[in-house]
Amino acid sequence: MTEQTTPENLGIGTDEWVAQHEKRLSRRAGLLGIVDFLNQKVSPLVRYLLLAIFAVGFGALVHNLYLLRIAANLAVFLALTLGLNVVMGFAGLLDLGFVAFFGFGAYAYALTSSAQLNQHWPTYLSVPAIVITTAFLGYLVSLPSRRLFGDYLAIVTLFFGQVFIQLIISSDSITFPGHEDSVDITGGSNGIPGLDQFKLFGYTFKTITDYYWLLLVVVALLLVAITRVDRTRVGRAWRTVREDPLASQSMGIKVNNLKMLAFIVGAAIAGLCGTIYAAIQNAVFINGFDMPLLTLIYAAVILGGSGSIPGSILGAFVMSVLPEILRVQNYSEILFLTVLILAVAALSKGWKRFGFNASLVILLGLLVKVISSALSLATTPTSTWAVGPVSKALKYWLLMPANRILWGNIAFVLLIALIANYSIAKERVKFYLLPLIAFIAIFVWEVRLVIEPNTTRQLIIGMMLVVLMIVRPQGFLGKTRVEVL
Amino acid sequence: MLEIKKLTMQFGALKSISDLDITVNKGEIVSVIGPNGAGKTTLFNVVTGIYKPTEGDVLLDGKSIAGKDPAVVNRLGIARTFQNVRLFLNMSVIENVMAATYAQTKSNIFSSALGLPASRKEEKEVRAKAEELLSFFGTRLTGYRWEQPAYSLSYANRRRLEIARALATNPKVLLLDEPAAGMNPKETQEITEVIGRLRSEKDLTILVIEHDMHVVEGISDRVIALDHGVKIAEGSFDSVATHPDVVEAYLGKGSADRK
Ligand SMILES: Nc1ncnc2c1ncn2[C@@H]1O[C@H](COP(=O)(O)OP(=O)(O)O)[C@@H](O)[C@H]1O
Ligand SMILES: [Mg+2]
Repeated sequence: MTEQTTPENLGIGTDEWVAQHEKRLSRRAGLLGIVDFLNQKVSPLVRYLLLAIFAVGFGALVHNLYLLRIAANLAVFLALTLGLNVVMGFAGLLDLGFVAFFGFGAYAYALTSSAQLNQHWPTYLSVPAIVITTAFLGYLVSLPSRRLFGDYLAIVTLFFGQVFIQLIISSDSITFPGHEDSVDITGGSNGIPGLDQFKLFGYTFKTITDYYWLLLVVVALLLVAITRVDRTRVGRAWRTVREDPLASQSMGIKVNNLKMLAFIVGAAIAGLCGTIYAAIQNAVFINGFDMPLLTLIYAAVILGGSGSIPGSILGAFVMSVLPEILRVQNYSEILFLTVLILAVAALSKGWKRFGFNASLVILLGLLVKVISSALSLATTPTSTWAVGPVSKALKYWLLMPANRILWGNIAFVLLIALIANYSIAKERVKFYLLPLIAFIAIFVWEVRLVIEPNTTRQLIIGMMLVVLMIVRPQGFLGKTRVEVL
Repeated sequence: MLEIKKLTMQFGALKSISDLDITVNKGEIVSVIGPNGAGKTTLFNVVTGIYKPTEGDVLLDGKSIAGKDPAVVNRLGIARTFQNVRLFLNMSVIENVMAATYAQTKSNIFSSALGLPASRKEEKEVRAKAEELLSFFGTRLTGYRWEQPAYSLSYANRRRLEIARALATNPKVLLLDEPAAGMNPKETQEITEVIGRLRSEKDLTILVIEHDMHVVEGISDRVIALDHGVKIAEGSFDSVATHPDVVEAYLGKGSADRK
């Protein structure tokens, strides 16, 4: 019955040929092939061990409160990413209300541990109670979502998230029947300040360092638990639900129950994160639980590779450290320029063309500068805008008009129009279009965007996601998913 | 064992199955044949709970299962394969089979997360069972293939894996939708033997949809021919294959007379 594999029958379509498909692809991947290589060659145990040593070392050696705070926020964000990875990565559910569970946990902790309602529950009671309640809330939300998938689920959960926010905002003056005065429950948009600190095993958490260690333990336990679940019965069943719900159902797997379970697990993890986050912040404000956070968590899961646990870790690192780096103008300039140069290099196809494009960009800048001074156009004095190393290097080359907003906006519109045209332009036109786009991009960045740090951050993250989608759609550490081969 | 009674399945104005009666006895292998669009796959979809019949009933061991959820039908003892092969493509070969033991296993999310002994033991048992089921096809799905993603399998191996996955749900009745489609003559011969062994070694009752007449001849205790959702012939392979209505259904009107 067996058939020996000889070179002759190793043709297109045989098992062996198909099995090597992925290898052939990854060899082509170039720079990203390094990611593949690390992914395959460094064993997971070694990776986790290195991570643990780093995390423990960081906690033991670093006493800079700002850095510790970033690290603690990163840990919370990482736990959230792991939670969303269960819902979206494992079970394939598009849950856009995920941060509402995080917010619910935070507000529940605030209400049970502050002067707001004059409740001061002990931590060992409030945290488990909140986690269970959030899980139950997840169950309730999953009820109408049970039969939903794809777009419908996304809309229902998005709605839930928005309702949560509105409820919190408007619950600052609630009148109960029989009472004259309205009661302030959530503090509305002012939030709830002055929360109790965690107190566990007789120890009161005082500094951010205390929370850092707590979070380290929580994240480590979560990682172990989720990895184990992923590898065993429930994790497998979740993957079948993501792969093919109909086949899954026909193999005796109750698809709806598993979807609900994923929802509930995600909610519970988010709820737990919420309590710790609230305690660290010492206060809760509703604007921390809205769209911007949701986009960041989704970006982390997708960037790292949906369904991959190491991917979630990497994604969370990138997405929480990156915005911090981008807060500093010099860094964001450097990053922008690097991404731009890489993009031009990739589009140039070859070093000669790249050199040509770079010279053309430089020429273009000088030309614009010369022409503008010939027309004696009003400029911004160099001393006021050339602050970082990048802008200082650019000051002899780049024209900085006096009316930055006006010129920046005009260039921005032009830039968008040129980029939109680039993809449909003929090769010959593209040849000249690329340096032009690169120049205008630098102009727009330095003239207009640098003074809007919030927009620039979003833009850079968006740019990264678009680039990633093109070169590596499965995310950094995600596996290539095959639909039909 | 499996009784289909006065079954009608209507999609809008189209009756894919009308007033169909089929009985399959324990340990029997029954083949369903018929031209494309005859309603064969629809019959499987109704029996496995994917569609709720417009009229009529489906009984398993005397109990009605019509309109029950597919997962419930499977747990009651009916497993199937799909005409268009629906594997969990991005999971490994062995995981495809292991996943199908879901209904008979117990580890919940807590026991798995904590790595409790009971959960570890069950995991080992599930793996052993999956390996055993895959070895049912000789060396075709063993060894290094266990850890390969299902999408890397050849077409014939995908069909085999789908059978192994169905077996992992511990069925009493197995429904195979065109198991030999896309296979070469050698593989077809092999799958014919496998279907015979499924009955003798796994104690299964089998309902097969198949176009390849060699396979049908080789395995069937009884053959049922459908056309336009209606049973046009039933009996031994020879009697059905030469039945004028069947010849006509396959070759078009008038061909029976010319023969
Ligand atoms: N979900 C559905 N909706 C509408 N028509 C369907 C559906 N499923 C099957 N049909 C129709 O029922 C008829 C029988 O199809 P099928 O059972 O797949 O035939 P076959 O005997 O080739 O397996 C076809 O005409 C098909 O178009
Ligand atoms: Mg069919």
